[in-house]
Amino acid sequence: MNGAHASSALLAACARAGRVALFLGRIVGQCLPALRRPRLLVQQIYNAGARSLVIIMLCGLFVGMVLALQAYDLLQRFGSESALGVAAALGLVKELGPVITALLFAGRAGTAMASEIGLMRATDQLNAMEMMAVDPVRHVVAPRFLGGIIAMPLLTATFDVIGLFGAQLIGVGLLGVESGSFWSQMQSAVTSRDINEGLIKSLCFGVACSLMAVYEGFHAEPTAEGVGLATTRTVVSSAILTLLLDYMLTAAFLGS
Amino acid sequence: MSDTRAAGDSIVEVRGVNYAIGGRTIFDGLDLQARRGEITAVLGPSGTGKTTLLRLLMGAIAPELGQVSVFGQDISALDRHGLYAMRRRVGMLFQNGALLTDLSVFENVAFPLREHSRLPEPLLRRLVLMKLQAVGLRGAAELSTSALSGGMARRVALARAIVMDPELLIYDEPFAGLDPISLGVILRLIQSLNATLGISSIVVTHDVQEISSIAHHSFLLSGGKVIATGNPAKLRAADAAVVNQFMHGLPDGPVPFHVPAGDYREQLLGGDW
Repeated sequence: MNGAHASSALLAACARAGRVALFLGRIVGQCLPALRRPRLLVQQIYNAGARSLVIIMLCGLFVGMVLALQAYDLLQRFGSESALGVAAALGLVKELGPVITALLFAGRAGTAMASEIGLMRATDQLNAMEMMAVDPVRHVVAPRFLGGIIAMPLLTATFDVIGLFGAQLIGVGLLGVESGSFWSQMQSAVTSRDINEGLIKSLCFGVACSLMAVYEGFHAEPTAEGVGLATTRTVVSSAILTLLLDYMLTAAFLGS
Repeated sequence: MSDTRAAGDSIVEVRGVNYAIGGRTIFDGLDLQARRGEITAVLGPSGTGKTTLLRLLMGAIAPELGQVSVFGQDISALDRHGLYAMRRRVGMLFQNGALLTDLSVFENVAFPLREHSRLPEPLLRRLVLMKLQAVGLRGAAELSTSALSGGMARRVALARAIVMDPELLIYDEPFAGLDPISLGVILRLIQSLNATLGISSIVVTHDVQEISSIAHHSFLLSGGKVIATGNPAKLRAADAAVVNQFMHGLPDGPVPFHVPAGDYREQLLGGDW
């Protein structure tokens, strides 16, 4: 009985993954027409990016500060407090920046996207577009999807910079690490490869989080409960997908 | 009951359509047609599949059996491109207006033009203002959709539906939830648009009195098929029990007031809840 239940759940998960992949194909087909309408795209970059800026900066500051405390505690055991800048920078740029930004993005911009599209479904706006011979995937979904992908690396970069500022605030200002070694060791140890790793991760997370948000919103049941459920599923599936992708990408980068 | 009118000048034809949702039969051999230049009313109690019929006409869903033709084209045979080409010739008014909430009144009406034409801005602006003038809302062009009353939203949606100069206008419950003044305005607009622009109209509604005053021909749906057809006067005079109950708004009859349930006394006194 449990085996049958597990296999049917696995089949359902595979079917859902297939539907998401087909939807992604449909969106990709409409990306070029969406790019020809820069006004819509800029609006969505603003919605997903600029409107998430405060929460990203605030969280980046705290994460950087906590990272400095933890890294200092670890490094002083080996007498390497001067490497605090390197530890904070690598931790933020390669891992914490992209992952936490993606999780925050899913909670702030992803839910906004899903509920907005879900409400458009519930109020017949998407149906009205279909009846006016306008593909809602081109007009509504593709600009939001692209806007999310473009916004994510920008938000990640902001998170990294503010996080480093927070780490410097605690490391240099509170814990007494020398400012010169904090910045110079960071400069010499962090390479463009590390930065590219973070950039590629944030782009992949941008695709994953934006895709889940527009998919869940577009396929929401046209009821209040359906829109709420779509919003919840956006956060859950984006978080799982982000962490899964993070493992796969980290393994791939370390392997190469 | 099948419609026996001449099919030569019909703009919409539904022939022997069967459709079911989740095992529940919605249509069982549905036949009807709408003629060019006429206002055709599709009447029926709630839950008879009137909105489903509109979705069939617009190609949003496909019948399991039978054929739906619009402008002489079998809808099921059209690909996405063909379906969109057909829809450009049709205007549709949704029950709640379905205005795009992130756009102003003007931009809502301009939306189909911006999507389907490359008209210069001054010409587009004039066209939109003419359509808004036709529905009496030129003065509301710059308002946001959230500032509109239900009746005004319906009129903006009507302006949007006619902005591409469609050959066929489909109305889904255009009178639902309107105050008497807004209702009168919409009624007059349906009639005047039909007469002055030569548009054919299909009005799906359960408001018998209102539509009877302007419809050229009516179909009454019940039990998945057309049970009566003719002009409104003929339908009102019909002696079939279901038709009589619906046309005269009787609370009980073949469509029962009570949902079937067990014995009332037993349920109240038996404590078996």
